[in-house]
Amino acid sequence: MSEKEIKNLEEIFEQRIARDEKIEPKDWMPEKYRKTHIRQISQHAHSEIVGMLPEGNWITRAPSLRRKVALLAKVQDEAGHGLYLYSACETLGISREELYEQLHTGKAKYSSIFNYPTITWADMGAIGWLVDGAAIINQVPLCSTSYGPYARAMIRVCKEESFHQRQGYEIMITLANGTPEQKAMAQDALNRWWWPSLMMLGPTDAESVHTEQSMKWKLKRKTNDELRQQFIDQTVPQADLIGLTIPDPDLKWNEKTGHYDFGEINWDEFWQVVKGHGPCNKERLSARVNAWENGQWVRDAAMTYAQKQEDKKLKKAI
Amino acid sequence: MKNENIIQYIYGIADNALILGQRLSELCGHGPSLETDIALTNMALDLLGQTRSYYQYAAQLSGDGKTEDDIAFLRIERQYKNVLLVEQPNRHFGYVIARQFFYDVFHLFLLQELQHSKDEILSAIAKKAIKEVSYHQRFSSDWIKRLGDGTKESHQKIQEAVDDLWGFTDELFHMTEDDLLAFNSGIGVDLSKIKDAYYQKIKEVLEEATITPPETKWFQKGGKQGIHSEHMGYLLADLQYMQRTYPNMKW
Amino acid sequence: MKNNWPLWEVFVRSKNGLEHRHFGSLHAADAEMALENARDVYTRRNEGVSIWVVESKHITASNPENNGELFEPAQDKVYRHPTFYSLPDEVKHM
Repeated sequence: MSEKEIKNLEEIFEQRIARDEKIEPKDWMPEKYRKTHIRQISQHAHSEIVGMLPEGNWITRAPSLRRKVALLAKVQDEAGHGLYLYSACETLGISREELYEQLHTGKAKYSSIFNYPTITWADMGAIGWLVDGAAIINQVPLCSTSYGPYARAMIRVCKEESFHQRQGYEIMITLANGTPEQKAMAQDALNRWWWPSLMMLGPTDAESVHTEQSMKWKLKRKTNDELRQQFIDQTVPQADLIGLTIPDPDLKWNEKTGHYDFGEINWDEFWQVVKGHGPCNKERLSARVNAWENGQWVRDAAMTYAQKQEDKKLKKAI
Repeated sequence: MKNENIIQYIYGIADNALILGQRLSELCGHGPSLETDIALTNMALDLLGQTRSYYQYAAQLSGDGKTEDDIAFLRIERQYKNVLLVEQPNRHFGYVIARQFFYDVFHLFLLQELQHSKDEILSAIAKKAIKEVSYHQRFSSDWIKRLGDGTKESHQKIQEAVDDLWGFTDELFHMTEDDLLAFNSGIGVDLSKIKDAYYQKIKEVLEEATITPPETKWFQKGGKQGIHSEHMGYLLADLQYMQRTYPNMKW
Repeated sequence: MKNNWPLWEVFVRSKNGLEHRHFGSLHAADAEMALENARDVYTRRNEGVSIWVVESKHITASNPENNGELFEPAQDKVYRHPTFYSLPDEVKHM
């Protein structure tokens, strides 16, 4: 194809997206669109499955049977969401194994919040309430993103996700209304998860490299800073309601803007964690690598068995 | 039959579901593939759901304000009546599947009898659980075949697991005093009645999977009397951690 | 490249009377496993009463590049639609 022809195709393509048409797997798409989508969707998928680990850490120690089944179901949902997203990504011509390879070698990123440790039961509440809360703010707009398989996966994810945040907040309410020890546990979890949750919504707009293009392709509907503000505005009253204190001395309601002002985010910490120096980066990655490598003989066995059965059928037919 | 004996009879069934559910939930996030991970978690959820139904009923029978959580989390090790089989650790996927298979086949036969119990609640729980456990048995039998008749490595691994866990199967059929009482009053199941069918079914599947049933005639026992393996203490340490560390709180 | 589990497409009938609808895809070593995985992955919330699975490679798809010749000729055949035909106002339903 000549450069002019490509240019022409690209223009038609951008117009289709501007008209809110969906792009489907076999449609022509600019290489950059494909690559950006592989990167974002897989990053999202990786976040789901790495995200299983910090919460998985508490399944065997959940304090009641009701909490245990709810947490187990939630972590299982995350596996499901990872699966939907990997499937969406595979429609772009890359296999799940290749995507895993990128994760395992550190080439692909996942949400850096999962590199923080879950050290008390209250962390299950804080993650559900804050991390899932932030994730939902990020994800709901993606239900109408331009790439059809991604949008469909997100619709399914969002539908299932709605119980996750409620579950987390309910855990926090119970603790906040509990004994002094429980309340302290809840406050401590909020203290530790608040700032990472704000960082989770991504670097400030000035630092964000992908924003403009992503807006055009509806991979993003709002900027990181807008999303962060929305998250803070919705979360602060929820903390007030259960008598917990947001760990930010600069946080205050601004009558003029109709939003909360908030303190400086420690972006240095954010970039350190992204670069692999968070408290749990190594554990998380090695847990994923181990699961995959220890499962190799199992996956091989299933394929060999399937092949043998197929051969038997063929022999019978002859 | 006194309530206390019925409660003990219920523990004998429900503790298996709790402990096996606990073992399976350790695997969540670490399965050999996402699909398998999700499947194993579904089984864990089924088992923990059954556990809750049994314990809620036992709590009600006890009439002393106990809850399902008191029963699940606040007994001492000797008071758990699960068989040794279900507390065996997840050494590798072969052990997970062999343990599941050995238990599922028993579990389904047990429930098929228990649904005819004179006790309406136990009968109702059994009827509901039969559907879940039929699926478990199908899942674990399929995997026994895949691993047994898969690669050389998988065959050797599943054979190893079958050999190691075989010695725990006989205990499934031991009748405790409470089992006998329950059977004699029409509430419980005569386990000796399902033993032959059990080993026949197991051998059929193993044979199809090209796995050799072990010759051993020596079997381990003790779980049903509350005498467990060394693994059990660690399992309970995890399970009970919150309730022990923070007593008398609501979660 | 190792011998990886192939991709399957999953179709679920959510209740009798409705058609099977494409729900998504998954990996499985064989058809039996694909069915079981589909049950575990896509019907956890009681979404289905029947499942079809088909290995993705067996699906033949039309090429969007041919959309012009495949689908546009149908656009101007308005006489295939009931609204093409006028009825006297007195006839309310037909």
